[in-house]
Amino acid sequence: METLKETKTIEKSKATIKISGAEAIIHCLLAEGVDLLYGYPGGAIMPVYDELYKFQDKLTHILTRHEQGATHAAQGYARVTGKVGVAMATSGPGATNLVTGLADAQIDSTPMVCITGQVPRHLLGTDAFQETDIIGISTPVTKWNYQVTRAEEIPKILAKAFYIARSGRPGPVLVDITKNAQFEEINFSYEACIGVRSYNPYPKIDTTQVEAAAELINSAKKPFIVFGQGVILGEAEAQLKSLIEKTGIPAAWTILGVAALNSEHSLNVGMVGMHGNYAPNLLTNECDLLIAIGMRFDDRVTGNLDTYAKQAKIIHFDIDPAEINKNVKVDVAVLGNAKDTLNLLLPLVKDNKHQSWHNVFKEKYQIEFDTLINKDIHPTKEKLTMGEVIEQINQASNNSAVIVTDVGQHQMVACRYAKFNQTKSNITSGGLGTMGFALPAAIGAKMGAMDREVVAIIGDGGYQMTIQELGVIFQHNVPVKIVVLNNDHLGMVRQWQELFFEKRYASTVMVNPDFVKIAEGYHIKSKRVSKRSELKSTIEEMLASKDPYFLEVKVEKEDNVFPMIPSGASVSDIRLK
Amino acid sequence: MENKWYTISVYSENNVGLLNRISGIFLKRHINIEALNVSKSEINSVSKFTIVVFTTEKWVKNIVGQVERQIEVIKAYYHSDDDIIYQESALFKISSDLLFDERQIQNIIKDNNSQIVTVARDFFVLSKSGKRDEIDKMYNQLEPYGIMQFVRSGRIAVSKAEMRISSLLEEFQHN
Repeated sequence: METLKETKTIEKSKATIKISGAEAIIHCLLAEGVDLLYGYPGGAIMPVYDELYKFQDKLTHILTRHEQGATHAAQGYARVTGKVGVAMATSGPGATNLVTGLADAQIDSTPMVCITGQVPRHLLGTDAFQETDIIGISTPVTKWNYQVTRAEEIPKILAKAFYIARSGRPGPVLVDITKNAQFEEINFSYEACIGVRSYNPYPKIDTTQVEAAAELINSAKKPFIVFGQGVILGEAEAQLKSLIEKTGIPAAWTILGVAALNSEHSLNVGMVGMHGNYAPNLLTNECDLLIAIGMRFDDRVTGNLDTYAKQAKIIHFDIDPAEINKNVKVDVAVLGNAKDTLNLLLPLVKDNKHQSWHNVFKEKYQIEFDTLINKDIHPTKEKLTMGEVIEQINQASNNSAVIVTDVGQHQMVACRYAKFNQTKSNITSGGLGTMGFALPAAIGAKMGAMDREVVAIIGDGGYQMTIQELGVIFQHNVPVKIVVLNNDHLGMVRQWQELFFEKRYASTVMVNPDFVKIAEGYHIKSKRVSKRSELKSTIEEMLASKDPYFLEVKVEKEDNVFPMIPSGASVSDIRLK
Repeated sequence: MENKWYTISVYSENNVGLLNRISGIFLKRHINIEALNVSKSEINSVSKFTIVVFTTEKWVKNIVGQVERQIEVIKAYYHSDDDIIYQESALFKISSDLLFDERQIQNIIKDNNSQIVTVARDFFVLSKSGKRDEIDKMYNQLEPYGIMQFVRSGRIAVSKAEMRISSLLEEFQHN
């Protein structure tokens, strides 16, 4: 609700000036508070780049090495700052290269505005050079999209684009602007968007549902909270903390929600889902009340829905009405921004401890620690494990780093073991599972939070999908720390092949280049570690570096990530080995 | 849950591309749109989509949620056939000779409450509004004589219950 009120107070800019559509785009971006964008020029967007040249003191454009990198960098920036990330590309292939990033931002609710150039209006539909129907292509992967064909539409549409991207459940918006509209002149004035007639981003909170939720919480004997990114997007971290501390309810997180609650909080019981922790998965099927806050019951979280928390009453707090009863039928649904709904809930819930119930979580954790965690993070075998690398980063950074991960085994290990002491710190491709996400996302994250340590943790497979973005790190001296956990395999697929396809390792073995030399080619300080004795000091050296740093860690080739809920199994069938 | 016929009413802005966005939601779930009609609605500058699908209630609920989530959609409802008054409209193009040579044709027109829209030298056109089975009945009766062209519209429907779009729009504005 606050965002809406804020935008309402932005005053209409009264001055009217005659400028080109391209220049109008720059003024719109500046009016929306954008000072950084990522992109790649080309024919149909050149008038805008010409204006970017003139405005470079106010608006920094970062040339990524591929348009996909621009979207992921914008996402990384958005996730760490909470602001709208901006990416720009030309028509045709420039535009189609944005699609993966749009889909990623859509499924992970990341606010992003993409601006693409388009062939001139009179050539639309003629198969002109670099013409593609990006509106048609991007429709299923955007929250909203629009094709501008006249310059006079630019201020209103861009204002609407930013409003839609950031309000309610955030998401990506694409605005396609024909070249003639960039050249045409308009009388420019800018008015921030304060609402769209057909769009209701902040549903009115039904207090009877809040009361019903409180009643269930107050009478539950074994309540359990699962929170997701909605807590971070709704800036409800403090409310979540108050809720669990007041009620004594153990709380687990989804992969995107992790940083909303301090990892070392006594009521933080770990991650739910396929490679989540033993206790929260197992006890999902033993609790009597499941309180879901800002999460969407993704299939990787629930496993088999037919056996998911059937014994429990379920309360769902979410801002998106379409998520209610989508996957899991709930008893009470509280629609609204998590901050607002939890603020209403807090005075209604009673103080509690739930000590013996909490002890069950502790017992299960101990089982997981003894069978798995201890061996992962304090291994005694010769080869290095991914877990111990993450643990060393925790220690060397005092749990304060922004951790950006790619997709695969290293992602699961990083999310299991990385510790966070502040919000907006875990940046990963959760819903889409986009390999190649981490390197460009880390660039965006670092540029959005220059005062924070940003560590990208990437597998050897995903790294090579967007490795060209090392060029950005070199050119702009972006001091990100890159850790490639190299097992010379596409590890997660290999794990599935081992467990479910009788070890037929089809196309999962990687013959890799010399990653250290590649980084050196970009003049990035780099090191390779394969011995435990060198690990701690090298990570300390990496984190102490003021410059970008590349670290390759040679890890055990055929390690598996456990626990694991096999695909289609119940959360309570979680396997420890 | 068994498959049933559902009619979905969508109130929306009248914007280019919205049909694409809405049909994509059906495509994503592999649900066929059995009939589709787009028209103006009772509210100035608000369009109404009427979409007929054959699916489970769980899916139709889900789809309505996803449709409603689109920025330019004001509100979407789903109804079973009992909840609505609905009709389809059909045109039959028939050879003119038949009108004069076959007396039975005139009986078919009369029995079905059909109307002659136009009569030309070579053909005449009949229109028929009603439920699907009524149109099918007339089709079956005319078929033996030869139908030169046939077309049937998507379903149009009004709900028995109120659809409070105006007050919703007002609510959105004041939120």
